[in-house]
Amino acid sequence: MKRIYVNEKWCLGCHLCEYYCAFANSGKDDMVKALKNITINPRIRIEEHNNISFAVSCRHCEEPLCVKSCISGALSVNDGIISINQDKCVGCFTCVLACPYGCVMPNDDGVMQKCELCTKNAGGQPYCVQGCPNKAIVFEER
Amino acid sequence: MPIDFLYPNYEVVRDQSRCITCRVCERQCANNVHHLDKELNTMFSDESKCVNCHRCVSLCPTRALKIVKTDHTFKENANWTGEAIADVYRQAGTGGVLLASMGNPKPYPIYWDKMLINASQVTNPSIDPLREPMETKTFLGQKPSKIERDENGKLITKYKTPQLELSVPIMFSAMSYGSISYNAHESLARAASELKTFYNTGEGGLHKDFYRYGKNTIVQVASGRFGVHKGFLESCAAIEIKIGQGAKPGIGGHLPGTKIVGDISKTRMIPVGTDAISPAPHHDIYSIEDLRQLVFSLKEATEYKKPVIVKIAAVHNVAAIASGIARSGADIIAIDGYRGGTGAAPTRIRDNVGIPIELALASVDKRLRDEGIRGNVSVVIGGSIRNSADIVKAIALGADAVYIGTSALLALGCHLCRSCQSGKCNWGIATQRPELVRRLNPEIGYKRLVNLVTAWEHEIKEMMGGMGINSIEALRGNRLMLRGIGLNEKELSILGIKHAGE
Repeated sequence: MKRIYVNEKWCLGCHLCEYYCAFANSGKDDMVKALKNITINPRIRIEEHNNISFAVSCRHCEEPLCVKSCISGALSVNDGIISINQDKCVGCFTCVLACPYGCVMPNDDGVMQKCELCTKNAGGQPYCVQGCPNKAIVFEER
Repeated sequence: MPIDFLYPNYEVVRDQSRCITCRVCERQCANNVHHLDKELNTMFSDESKCVNCHRCVSLCPTRALKIVKTDHTFKENANWTGEAIADVYRQAGTGGVLLASMGNPKPYPIYWDKMLINASQVTNPSIDPLREPMETKTFLGQKPSKIERDENGKLITKYKTPQLELSVPIMFSAMSYGSISYNAHESLARAASELKTFYNTGEGGLHKDFYRYGKNTIVQVASGRFGVHKGFLESCAAIEIKIGQGAKPGIGGHLPGTKIVGDISKTRMIPVGTDAISPAPHHDIYSIEDLRQLVFSLKEATEYKKPVIVKIAAVHNVAAIASGIARSGADIIAIDGYRGGTGAAPTRIRDNVGIPIELALASVDKRLRDEGIRGNVSVVIGGSIRNSADIVKAIALGADAVYIGTSALLALGCHLCRSCQSGKCNWGIATQRPELVRRLNPEIGYKRLVNLVTAWEHEIKEMMGGMGINSIEALRGNRLMLRGIGLNEKELSILGIKHAGE
């Protein structure tokens, strides 16, 4: 299955992936309209320290701890993609505790959100990958 | 010191209605132009630090930024331009030589743009390169002066002298590891290897990682002899002796100690932090006879298997100098015009020394033909080849191949802000700061170089086809394929071409 992989060697720490992610999942058709005057809450996050930086988003694990830990059945695996049904999520944060990568997080409405490889929005190919100026984030089969 | 204040030449214009304060401009600017005012949640820019490199403009996801030329002005004066005045202020303030980089930007004539290419109509059919074979393969090196046959009367077709085989008559010109980054070098090396052409190490040695691209590498021996050793000479396809460079003929080089870090110090074989100073002349070359000695010592060291190139800047007596070089045993002469780029040069030298490459090429080719020694050497030219038409014109004027430097850097992302000497290249090219070098991913860079040369190759074939020519050999020195436009008699006679309409 194609997954998002990160090569920290080429990550510039520009944070554009976060903004492209927030835009792709905003449901709006214009980046300015979507992101002007808001604090974004993206599903991909740059981790940085000194000169090292890299983007972290859901690894879509083969044996996902978040899915195992979900008490309401909101998280499930569909064709390898770990997706969330936000209508079922009760906001218990167990998945947040279980995920070793810190890639499940609450959205602005108190239920959880996570990277779903832009399969549920208009992004097409993951939007963070398209927006990365240095190919530090790639979407490929490995 | 308010007396030293000069209003910036360029202003950063931000469309606040589009800015989403993502801060990519701030994070990507090594000159610290942009900053976020957290209280107002608004981005501000300090244009006095801006070098106009467009990194922020290119990366802004909402296209909220543009850079404009300022309309701030001194009182209009055709003689004392704003630039001339500001330069005096700068030097009065510092007492220093003005530094600049990349090629001469002054409005001197560009002869490429004053030459037109021919095409066939009716009497000599043009050729469609998509349907018929079209040869761009080029061999550089000494050519036999007469036809030779073996004992059975068969033609001897194998060259006795070493040759460089290029699939297209385009090579990447000398840019040292030090003046440009590791990633820029890797991009050039990989592109040259994929394109079956050559790149040039410049004077700075060859990083150990790049020895594997050896068969597509030209190594340079210049006046500082940095990084030259037996393995270096043996690693390559050809050796270039650099006498001069188009951007700064007659002067040496100076890579500041701050850039001599880690691998660069190892590659140049000098201690960390020492200035790398290349003398103006080679102190062992004061005549053509001396040059001959170096040519042959390099040949001896490499068992006569590799062609030796001598690179000179285009200066007033270029034809006579080239004639000397052609008799020195060198296989290839490289001539660099006054528009050629550099990582740093004194502004006055860059802008006022040397001559246009078009005129230099025409006079060198003619001189070598007149003296019957054109076959002794191949002629490679550089110094602002901007597109495929420039190449076609250069070859028609008599060049065997061209070197491209600035165009190659543009393909890698350079925006010609001409601030290489600051060492803070935002595009990761002319810098050694790891966080900036990282911005040039060779995986992207080498493909862009391959794209550029491939596109130019297509265009060269189209133009050759239009002239009814199906091999680059038949175009070489074919000045009847060129006509001048807006040139005077003297210029036409130096270029050896007729005026349009003749």
